Amino acid sequence: MEEFDAIVVGAGPAGCAAAYVMAKAGHNVLVLERGKFPGAKNMWGGAFFGPVMNELFPGFWEEAPFERFVTRHAISFLTEQDILSIDYKSDVTEPAEKKGFITLRAKFDKWMSQKVEQAGAIVASGLAVDDLIVEGGVVKGVKVGDEQFASNAVVLADGVNSLLSEKIGLRKAYSPHDMKQGVKEIIRLPREVIEDRFNISGTAGVAMEFIGSCTRGLPGGGFMYTNLDSVSLGVVVQLSALMDTQIKASDLIEDFKNHPAIAQLIKGGQTAEYSAHLIPVSGLKMMPKLYDNGVLVTGDAASLVLGTGLILEGANFAVASGMAAAETVIEAHRKEDFTRDELSNYEKRLREQFVLKDLQTFSRAPQFLENERIYQLYPELACSMARKIFSSDGKPRENTFKVLRKSLGKQASMWKMASDMIKAGRAL
Amino acid sequence: MKVEDKLALNKFDVDRDVHITVNDVVCVECELKPCVSVCPAECYVIRENHMTFSYEGCLECGSCRIACPKGAIDWVYPRGGFGICYQYG
Repeated sequence: MEEFDAIVVGAGPAGCAAAYVMAKAGHNVLVLERGKFPGAKNMWGGAFFGPVMNELFPGFWEEAPFERFVTRHAISFLTEQDILSIDYKSDVTEPAEKKGFITLRAKFDKWMSQKVEQAGAIVASGLAVDDLIVEGGVVKGVKVGDEQFASNAVVLADGVNSLLSEKIGLRKAYSPHDMKQGVKEIIRLPREVIEDRFNISGTAGVAMEFIGSCTRGLPGGGFMYTNLDSVSLGVVVQLSALMDTQIKASDLIEDFKNHPAIAQLIKGGQTAEYSAHLIPVSGLKMMPKLYDNGVLVTGDAASLVLGTGLILEGANFAVASGMAAAETVIEAHRKEDFTRDELSNYEKRLREQFVLKDLQTFSRAPQFLENERIYQLYPELACSMARKIFSSDGKPRENTFKVLRKSLGKQASMWKMASDMIKAGRAL
Repeated sequence: MKVEDKLALNKFDVDRDVHITVNDVVCVECELKPCVSVCPAECYVIRENHMTFSYEGCLECGSCRIACPKGAIDWVYPRGGFGICYQYG
């Protein structure tokens, strides 16, 4: 049986980060990826912030395939006929690494895996790990069909469904309340059309989030990102809400595309790809055991996703957790100790840096974000107030407070709304 | 645009081995059948009160596995290299 210093399952951002750091430190690393190539199974909304990636690959934007920098960020409330947006654009020149990067995963993950190979690791694609080799409660390697590969250190970066961490008892089965389903289309449009419609040029790009009618009031939201010559457009919805209402995400994305404000932006575009993925959204509540004898869990497999309202941030957490797992394995090799006591340093590392600190800070967010008023009542309220304020029926005007009170009607009291705002302040 | 037309745009390398199997005996007793609404690829279709399932257009998201209240779905990933192959992602 071939033996490695470390085996990494999955060549996404978490797995590549772990493998890269370990290979750089001189370790003999095997990465197993079930896709035909790294990135073939991966999708996301569209963008990540630069600093963590820059720590892993300094100056990465010079060579990494990315579509555009995020220079404009818009958040919009939607009803079936209206849109009310907060549109943020800044001319403050930030250093490149601090910017947001819009990328396509099939290209970006492939590039990351090439960096891993250049650092000396073996990246084997088209190989799905079926099981872990466990002897006396200690993980000793992996099984791929009839083949076995041995290692004292196995890093699980096998994504949101992580069948392997469930198999060895590091986590229980997931509940539909802990998951959001994202569906997305890549819609191709000529580059100049995108730049005209979104008012951007060069490497500038736009990130947009939507809340309200795009999910028919179900917990979740819509998103749109400008790529170089396409847009990524999709919706993200709580899985349990899809079950309860029997609404399909595939219908929601069609409605979203047909919303007057969206239809205008994608007019004439051709769909090139349709994708779907789950997102673990319950934070610390659903986090599995992060380590055991001979094994560490990273990225989506460890449910390391931060939801702070409209934005779900996972890629940075994946990369940071992969790096922390790698440092833990490197130290374990130095001490020749792969017991769970030694590997518990992985969780300590995550607690010292932003990964578990952020999840702790926003630990009340997942529960707060289940409040249906956020997705139904408040977007309608915001739009109907805007409609009243920006139109005139020729009669004397009422003050804003009265408009708000009338718009609220019987749907919720002012007290309820004030209490939601206080809760939002605490949770977000 | 219909889901089947969207799936036709995707690149799949369909394996002969089926990676998802539905236990008919258990499935038939389920009244809710949430798999039908949660599958973004419409792999689960009820025809004449009977669940029919096709794995070819599966996007491997795992929603059905988590949503099935009866544990009737035996779900693993396709063999390495097979299944959905995103070109954009």
